[in-house]
Amino acid sequence: MFHANTPSTDRNASTRPSRSSTPRLLDSSTRASVSLSRGDWSLHRKGAIDQQRHQRKVREALKANLADIVSEQSLITSDGKKIVRVPIRTLEEYKFRFDRGDQQGVGAGNGDSKVGDVLARGGRPGPGQGAGAGDQPGIEYYEADVTMDELAELVFEDLGLPNLEPKRLRELESEALRFTDIRKTGPFANLDKKQTIRQNLQRNARKGEARFGDLATDDLRFRTWEQTVQYEANGVVLAMMDVSGSMGTNEKYLSRAFYFWMVRFLRTKYDRVEIVFIAHHAEAKEVTEDEFFTRGESGGTRASTAYALALDIIEHRYPPADWNIYPFHFSDGDNWPSDNETARVLVERLADFSSLFGYGEIRPARAGYQSSLGHAIAKIDHPKIQRVTLADRTDVYPALRAFFSLDREEVGASQ
Amino acid sequence: MNAAADDRALADAIERIWDEAQAIGLRPFPTHFEIVPATILYEMGSYLMPGRFSHWTHGKMYQMQKISYDYGLSKIYELVINTNPCWAFLLETNTPIQNKLVVAHVLGHADFFANNAYFARTSGRMLDSVSLNAERIRGYEFEHGQLEVEQLLDAVLAIQEHVDPYSIEMPDDPDDDRTQQRGTPGPYDDLFERDEPIVAPPPAPPRNPFRPSEPDRDLLRFIAQHSPILDDWERDILGIVRAEMLYFYPQMQTKVVNEGWATLCHATLLHRLDLPHDEYVDFADLHAGVTSPGAQRLNPYHLGFNLLKAINERHGGDDEHLAADLFDLRETASDLSLIRNELTEEIVDDLDLYIYGPVGDDIVVTEKRWEAVRDRLVNDLTG
Repeated sequence: MFHANTPSTDRNASTRPSRSSTPRLLDSSTRASVSLSRGDWSLHRKGAIDQQRHQRKVREALKANLADIVSEQSLITSDGKKIVRVPIRTLEEYKFRFDRGDQQGVGAGNGDSKVGDVLARGGRPGPGQGAGAGDQPGIEYYEADVTMDELAELVFEDLGLPNLEPKRLRELESEALRFTDIRKTGPFANLDKKQTIRQNLQRNARKGEARFGDLATDDLRFRTWEQTVQYEANGVVLAMMDVSGSMGTNEKYLSRAFYFWMVRFLRTKYDRVEIVFIAHHAEAKEVTEDEFFTRGESGGTRASTAYALALDIIEHRYPPADWNIYPFHFSDGDNWPSDNETARVLVERLADFSSLFGYGEIRPARAGYQSSLGHAIAKIDHPKIQRVTLADRTDVYPALRAFFSLDREEVGASQ
Repeated sequence: MNAAADDRALADAIERIWDEAQAIGLRPFPTHFEIVPATILYEMGSYLMPGRFSHWTHGKMYQMQKISYDYGLSKIYELVINTNPCWAFLLETNTPIQNKLVVAHVLGHADFFANNAYFARTSGRMLDSVSLNAERIRGYEFEHGQLEVEQLLDAVLAIQEHVDPYSIEMPDDPDDDRTQQRGTPGPYDDLFERDEPIVAPPPAPPRNPFRPSEPDRDLLRFIAQHSPILDDWERDILGIVRAEMLYFYPQMQTKVVNEGWATLCHATLLHRLDLPHDEYVDFADLHAGVTSPGAQRLNPYHLGFNLLKAINERHGGDDEHLAADLFDLRETASDLSLIRNELTEEIVDDLDLYIYGPVGDDIVVTEKRWEAVRDRLVNDLTG
C-alpha cells in the first residue's frame, strides 16, 4: 500500500494535497473563480528522488574518470581525511545546437550605449571559458563533493592483494559482524519474522488454538549480532622508491601518487598489513612514512642496495614462512651500469620469497629505449614479477589495477 | 506572524485582485493558488509541471536550482500552470506585497493562456495527462528496467524540440470546457464555428510502413511511426515526450508576449489597488527588478512589458486601463508577430537595444540601427 501511494506516482498526493486536510480559504461556493490553499507538502520527495538518480550518474562519471582523479594533485597533497571537491564535467544532455557563426546577440543598455561599447573584456562573458559569446554556455563544471573514503571505495572496489596465502603465526585481523543469536528485545529492523510467528503459534497452541494471531509483545524475537574476527593471512608490503638525483619532479610525483593510493588501499582493505618504507639512491635506508612521502634527496642510483636492505628486513623481521611479502619498487630505471647484474640477482631472490614483486618504471611515453635496470629485470622470467611503465599521471590508476588486480589474467598497464 | 491570519489577508487580496482583473477586461481561467515551500516550487520549476516523469536531467535541474536558491543567487516567486482551471504556486516566504504582485502577474498569465490562439489546442487537463504519462513510464521501468528506459529517454529528450507545433491532430476532449470559456461573445462568432474541430483525414495506409510517402518535419512522430526497430513501449515513450513537448511549445513561442502581458497586467492591477506608500515603494522595487534590462541576454519581461505598454498608450490606454486593441493583440500574437509588427524605432531607442558580438577578445556593441535589431531578433526567433 505504501508503494502504491508514493508521492512521485500518486497524482493526488503529488499535485493536490488531499482536500480534507486542506483548509479552503476562499469559499468555493460563493466564488468559483479563485481559491487559495496551503497543503502539507512535507512528504513530497520527487525532486529529491530524481536528484539521487543524477547523483548516481555523477558517481558513474567519477568512476569512468578515476584515472584522472586519482592523480589529482589536490588529493595527493591532502591529509587524506577531508572531503574533496572533484571537478567533473557536468553531465550534459545531448542536444542539437545551432552554430551561430557570427555569435551575435541582442542586448539592452542603460540608455546611452554606442556602437563600439565594450560589454565584456578578455573574451568570454557569462558562465565560463566557453568559446561562445553569451549565447553559448561555457564548459560547465560540476563539483562533486566526495569524501576520501568514498573515493577510495570506488578506486579499490575490485582490487586486492594477489596470491595471498594462509601463513601461520600472527594473523591479519579483519572485523565482521555476524547475526548469530535471537533475543526478545531489539530494534524492529532486526525483527526475526519467522521466529516471531513460530512463538505466536506455539503460544496459541498452548491455549489449544491452532492459528496465528493476537500477536503479543512476548512473541517478538529479534536477531542480534556479535563481532567476529576473521583471520586472514599475514602480509607485509615493502615500498621501495628511488629518490636519486635523476628522479625529476614528475617521476617523484608519480611514484608518490602510486604509493599514496597503495597505502590508503592497504589500510582500507586490510586491518593489519604492515608497510615498510625504503628510500634509496646510491645507498638504501628504511624511513618513516612521513619521510618517505616528503623528503627529497639526490645522488647516484644503486638499486641493489634497496633490494639488499629489503632482503635483510625480510630475513630478520618477516620470515617468508609466516608472511606474504609484497616488495614494490619505483624508479626511473637509470641505474649505475655496474650495479645491474647485482640488482638482477637480488630481484630474483626477492621474487622467490614474494607473493608478488612489482616494478614500476617511470619514463616518458615516447622514449624508445629501455632503461638499464628495466632491461636487467626484464631478463628475469619469473611468474611473481609484474612490471609496469608509467609515463604520466593518468597511468597511476592503471598501475594500481595492474598490481592489485585479483584476476591475474587481465592486467591493464603491464607491458 | 500567524500563518492563518496571513493566509486570510492573502485570500482577501486575491479576491480583490480578481475583481480588478475582471474590471480591466481580463478573462482568465479560474485559478487556484497553492502556497508551497521553496523545495516544492523548485521541484516544479525543474519538471516544468508537477507530476512529470522521472529522469535524471530533472534531478540535475532540481539540484542546480536548489543550490542557486540556497546561495541566494536566484529566486522563483511563482509558477503558473496552463490548465483549466489554472494552478499557481506561491512561495511560502513571499511577503504580502510580493504576493499581491505575483497574484496579479499570475492572473495575467491565466488570461493569456485562456485567450491566446497559440494555446487554443493545449489540453486544459495536462496535469492529469503528465501524471498518467509518468505512471506509464514508471510501469515501463518496472517491466524493462530503469536503465533501459533511461537510455531511451536520453535519446528521445535529445531531439525533443524537433516536433511540428502546427500539426493538427488534437485528441478530442469533450470534457474540456475551454471552448465555451474562450473569449467574449462577439458579432463574428458564426465565423469561428468553421474552426470547429478539424478532423484530419485518416492517412492512407502506406505501402511500406517503414518508407513514408511524404517527408515529416516532426522528427519524433516520424521515428515513432516509421522506425523499423522500436518496440511498442518505446514508441509510446516517444509519443509521451512528443505530446508533452507540443504542450510546452506555445509557451516557448510566446515567452516575450506572455511575460510582457502578465507584467503589464500586474502593473495595471497594482496601480488600481491604491497601495499605501511603503508598499508602493516595495512594489516599484520589485517591478523594476523584474523588468531590468539585460546587457547580453534580452530580458523577455523587459522587452515584452515595454512593447505592450507603448502599444497600450498609443491606443488610448493608461496606467490603470488597458486599450481594447491590446486585447485583440493578446489573442493573436506570438513573439514573432509581436516583434516583427510592433518593434518600432522609438522603442528600440527607448530601450537602448543593440546587437553585440565578439570583436577580438572583447564583446562589443556592433550595431544600433533599429531595423537591424528587429531583423536580428526575428531571425533568432525563426531559427
